[in-house]
Amino acid sequence: MLVKGKPLVAVVSAGLSKFGKMEGFTGRELFIEAVGDALQRCPDINLRKDVKAVFVGMMSESFEHQGHIAPMLADWAGLLPAPAIRTEVACASSAAALRMGIFSILSGLYDVVLVGGLEKMTKRSTLEATEFLGMAADFPFEQWTGVTFPGLYALMATAHMHRYGTTEEQMGLVAVKNHHNGALNPKAHLQREVTLDKVLNSRMIAYPLKLYDCSLISDGASCAILTRPDIAGKYTDKPVYIIGSGQGSDSLALSQRDDLTSLRAARYAAREAYEMAGIKPRDIDVAEVHDCFTIAEIIAYEDLGFCKRGEGGRFIEDGTPMLDGELPINTSGGLKSKGHPVGATGVAQIYEVFLQLTGQAGKRQVEGCDIGLTHNVGGSGATCFVHILKGG
Amino acid sequence: MGKEDECEAPQFTIEQFYRFLSEKKLMAARCIKCGTKYLPPRPICSNCYSRSLDWIQLETRGKLITYTIIHVAPPRLQSLVPYAYGILELEDGLRLPGMIRGIPDNEIRIGMELEVTFESAASEDWPKWPMYYFKPPR
Ligand SMILES: [Zn+2]
Repeated sequence: MLVKGKPLVAVVSAGLSKFGKMEGFTGRELFIEAVGDALQRCPDINLRKDVKAVFVGMMSESFEHQGHIAPMLADWAGLLPAPAIRTEVACASSAAALRMGIFSILSGLYDVVLVGGLEKMTKRSTLEATEFLGMAADFPFEQWTGVTFPGLYALMATAHMHRYGTTEEQMGLVAVKNHHNGALNPKAHLQREVTLDKVLNSRMIAYPLKLYDCSLISDGASCAILTRPDIAGKYTDKPVYIIGSGQGSDSLALSQRDDLTSLRAARYAAREAYEMAGIKPRDIDVAEVHDCFTIAEIIAYEDLGFCKRGEGGRFIEDGTPMLDGELPINTSGGLKSKGHPVGATGVAQIYEVFLQLTGQAGKRQVEGCDIGLTHNVGGSGATCFVHILKGG
Repeated sequence: MGKEDECEAPQFTIEQFYRFLSEKKLMAARCIKCGTKYLPPRPICSNCYSRSLDWIQLETRGKLITYTIIHVAPPRLQSLVPYAYGILELEDGLRLPGMIRGIPDNEIRIGMELEVTFESAASEDWPKWPMYYFKPPR
């Protein structure tokens, strides 16, 4: 029986590879870079002896023409013969790995597990990547009829603009903010600031979304080491606890949803996570949200209850989610500037919140933060995970 | 199932939806038990799990509820960019997404009336389905 606010699991360490166009590296090499990073941060763990299972997220076999990755990654991470499973729910694949890791510990079967994710995308052309990412949409009525992944978010953006008066400038501010944060993150793909002018004048991808409204096609990997909460002290004196985990689903086809301006799966996942944690949106100190497109971050503000429905545009305009604002959002640079190797993203968000809650976030450190949230969306919103973390 | 019995009673499937489309008919399924309508059709009602369904032919006119102009497309469609794409709300709130043709991009507005038009030839390669488009009504 779950008790409100009681830790589900502890995160004793987390690791991230460099994100970006990692020429010369395959996905598995990036993954063990992330594992090495986590190990360095938690030298008291004996990975081979302590880790009893591996859960890894990856969206698409197409990028590297490689299936059956889970045991291969367990091998390269030096964890054989630990059981290993891959999870797939599009861009939320590694949040799924995290949630399966949580379940495996809550079941009582394991005390320590490794979760993570990866995607190696940049060796493919943009057109190929567009096609592979598009496979997360409903084939007979979306891919076949000509919509792309940016196109689906563009359909939401047009609807949001029409219904609430949200502007291209407000969406552009999300990109400006996230690039500002990413410039402070040494692992980010694009570590440079952009101006609103540059965002608004970048080339059109799917009206009203321009190049700088879109997240990056990146290579990268992420991981986290989870333990039973009561044994976390064996491995670190600064654990972070996961106190809420929510997940929701919706129709794969955007057109079948009642509301095009909000993600029902996200609202459902958020409610579940908040209730489990016994907290309210106003209790959150720092959050990583799924800004695959700038409009997605604006919708996330609303779905997570940080502001009212329709007020996401004003929320960014008022500066609340800025690094020095009341509720800093995407301190890592988000998918927009840190990069979006899709299968790595969910646990990469956990990595950032872990750093923030343990005071390891360097130049982008938010002072005095105790409770963090992650929001990871699959495809155009048919899957969403929300996790809530608390410092030790 | 043999080839012969396939066409006898049209199954409530996506393949059948596209077969009807080749005949220039826009068809949805309706659950006889609870009245829920499905576009695309489903063989079992997701609302009440009934298998008693019938076909309804839809009016092809609808209202555009959102749109985009796509500039980067997958390889199959890259020769068509930029092209408009939107979601049409048909009778009874049923919705269909698709490409918009026959109107300049800057004249597309949410709320405008468009109609479904059919390109009857199915693709030669997989998945062997026809395409449909939305156009201003004649
Ligand atoms: Zn029914």
